[in-house]
Amino acid sequence: MTEHAHPNYVKVWAILVALLVVSVVGPMLGIKVLTLITAFGVAVVKAYLVARNFMHLHIEKRWVVYLLTTCLAFMLLLFAGAAPDVMKHEGQRWENHAAKRVTHQAQQPVH
Amino acid sequence: MKPIATTRSATGIPTGRLAIWWVIASEIVIFGGLLASYIMHRLGHPEWADQAAHTNTWAGAFNTLVLLTSSLSAVLAHQAAEEKNGPKAARLLLFTCLGGLIFLCVKGFEWTHEIQAGFTLTAGGFWHFYYTAAGLHGLHVIAGMVTMLIIAADARKGQELQRVELVGLYWHFVDVVWIFLFPLLYIAR
Amino acid sequence: MSASGHAEHHAEEGFFRKYLWSTDHKIIAMQYLFTGMFMALIGGFTVYVFRMQLAFPGQDVPGYGLVSPSEYNALITTHGSVMIFWVAMPVLIAAFGNYLIPLMIGCDDMAFPRLNRLSYQVFLLSAVLLMASFFVEGGAFGGAWTAYPPLSSKPEFNNTPMGSVMWLTAVALEFVAFLLGGINFVTTAMNSRAPGMKMFDIPMAVWMIVIASIMFMASVGPLVAGAAMLLLDQVAGTGFYDPARGGDPVLWQHLFWFFGHPEVYVVLLPAMGIVAEIITVFARKKLFGYKTVLWTAVATGILSFCVWAHHQFVAGIDPRMANVFTITTLLISIPIAELCFVYIATLYGGSIRLTTPMLWALAFVAEFLIGGVTGIFLGSSGSDIYFHDTYFVVAHFHYTFFPIAFIAVFAGVTYWFPKMFGRMLNETLGKIHFWGTVIPFNLIFIPLFLTGAAGDHRRIYNYNHFPDLARPELQNLRVLATVALVTLLLFQAVFLFNFFRSIFAGKVADANPWRANTLEWTVPSPPPHGNFAEMPTVYRGPYEYSVPNREDDYWPQNVPG
Repeated sequence: MTEHAHPNYVKVWAILVALLVVSVVGPMLGIKVLTLITAFGVAVVKAYLVARNFMHLHIEKRWVVYLLTTCLAFMLLLFAGAAPDVMKHEGQRWENHAAKRVTHQAQQPVH
Repeated sequence: MKPIATTRSATGIPTGRLAIWWVIASEIVIFGGLLASYIMHRLGHPEWADQAAHTNTWAGAFNTLVLLTSSLSAVLAHQAAEEKNGPKAARLLLFTCLGGLIFLCVKGFEWTHEIQAGFTLTAGGFWHFYYTAAGLHGLHVIAGMVTMLIIAADARKGQELQRVELVGLYWHFVDVVWIFLFPLLYIAR
Repeated sequence: MSASGHAEHHAEEGFFRKYLWSTDHKIIAMQYLFTGMFMALIGGFTVYVFRMQLAFPGQDVPGYGLVSPSEYNALITTHGSVMIFWVAMPVLIAAFGNYLIPLMIGCDDMAFPRLNRLSYQVFLLSAVLLMASFFVEGGAFGGAWTAYPPLSSKPEFNNTPMGSVMWLTAVALEFVAFLLGGINFVTTAMNSRAPGMKMFDIPMAVWMIVIASIMFMASVGPLVAGAAMLLLDQVAGTGFYDPARGGDPVLWQHLFWFFGHPEVYVVLLPAMGIVAEIITVFARKKLFGYKTVLWTAVATGILSFCVWAHHQFVAGIDPRMANVFTITTLLISIPIAELCFVYIATLYGGSIRLTTPMLWALAFVAEFLIGGVTGIFLGSSGSDIYFHDTYFVVAHFHYTFFPIAFIAVFAGVTYWFPKMFGRMLNETLGKIHFWGTVIPFNLIFIPLFLTGAAGDHRRIYNYNHFPDLARPELQNLRVLATVALVTLLLFQAVFLFNFFRSIFAGKVADANPWRANTLEWTVPSPPPHGNFAEMPTVYRGPYEYSVPNREDDYWPQNVPG
């Protein structure tokens, strides 16, 4: 990979920093949906910019991109398979007493 | 004396870079597993948000800035290596390394402060994950820095310049992990 | 550049540099092979002891003494962990992979020889650490190879404070060793192929080891994270898996099995690859559907990531998830069965020579099919409610694992022994060993299917404690299984004798005693450092046997067309 029209790296960096500012300011406004978009949405965009422009994935062989996204997909699969057990603490016919006790206790007003 | 095996390239990707992609793929699932576990717990324990409020968002944001900048210097080092300018690449790698060092110092400052305030590793579920995730990331930063120093030493002599890109790719990955760790660990609500 | 110049450079090497500090892939392969064989002795000894306890409860086991309940647990844990992590994986993937990949694809070594050496050293460290755990206070870890918390995380439950930590660290190091090794296998196979060797000219053994390495690298990550969390629970007082502290033990189960299930295919695929090489050579016939086998293996690999929670059907998981995992588990039996049928089709109409390697390869297909079929009962969540944690499960996974870790390995070792050591093994002793292993093997596990279906729980130290299971019919079956096991173990002496005697005194082997096509048979036996005096060019696929209108019934890959 020798001659290629590379992006202006400093320009990409400047965009990344601007996005960082957005992701810090967004949550300060206190609106949940806005926090999610600015904090996590921005993270996704930043990661994409770094992957594409700094790691040169846009000119790398396609299968490398597929490999990396497959690994990410496996993580979504793990989450989907494990979350119903670990994330939820009650279902139609069961309760996780220990988890509910801990959660309830911690949400009591602090003296 | 490199074996012929190292120099061939049936895929068209140089062997070193091919290997780094595999390393990154396996690291994605390591961090992915840890962070998926964290997210599952975090979503199931809304009370952790109160704990997360005690993290230092400004330190986290500053560290993000530091890592983004060090990623910039890493890719500029790669550009210098491509232009066969070994000494310039070495300098830029050292600058990247410096970024890593600043990152670690800020982290040290953060952690000292948090531990003194009683938020230790065992202080609660949130803190288990906070120290483990940031700690695992920090270990990768250290490993990256050590590798970079070794590669910079070779690059200054104009040797093994292709390795500058490789350590850069690893470093960008470490940066991407932090890009996700920042909102996950620092943004409370 | 010629490899012989390379070889001269290394002419004056001492024992240490040549055998212990080498970066040559063949030496490293031998290191893995011999370490794996040694660990198999440990795995075999542990099962001998605990099966004797089961057959003759409360009595002194010859060569060991009395078995206490906690020792029993440590023995079964050690048996399982050692056989999977320190025998099956190092031999099937690291030993065969290291030895065969550079030779079969026509290059002089792995892409990263020093990384290769490092991966063995990390592996050796993991083995040493595991064995050291036998001698610390409290003894070896006894929480089963699955190490579920809180048993594995709290010393007050497991009574092995140091043993648990050492076991976990040893497993983690083993994972690191195979991550490092995997990078070498995959990169070398992808990039370092000889000119002319296109993707579909690669021998199946190489493909399977590569796919297995990729699967390993993609599945072990969450468990590495999980192991770090368990380690912190063990030593730092965290509560990742403690519900009272906000954690969840079921998370460990998910992280473990997300790796654990692909892991069984990680060891299955190389075994199938070895068998593919052998049946084509000794049936003098092309592999029936090279691309079919390849895409099926890939499909199996991907699907194997979607079945893991069938190990957790009765752990209290969401029942709707149980439905999903039942369907995916039953689906995965299809591609694997198809692989077995393709192998049978390969044999059909072939000119079959029943050499020792061929006997082992045929036994693999037959025994593995039994294992696969019994898996259907376990993959269906309904019937698994009954069968889970019984000996039915134990018999099922031994009917799959034993073919993988031993039958296919013996096939591979007897087949490539001439290449590795430059000598032939004794065929008569080989056949005695074969029958003396396969027949007792079935006599161990068929009784265990029966006792399991009758209700024998797993991991029980003494069935006299269970009145409804302490019946004479069941105890007779347990004794039968144990006697068969001891017989099987004794017959391994035949193999060891044959193996070591033939290294020094076997008939000298030429380069291609089996008249096979793949590139490793074009170099001297054993190959010199650098492998090929002149790097080969490849002109065709690896399975051109009995091609019409040709004088020879084989057509090596490097012979111009």
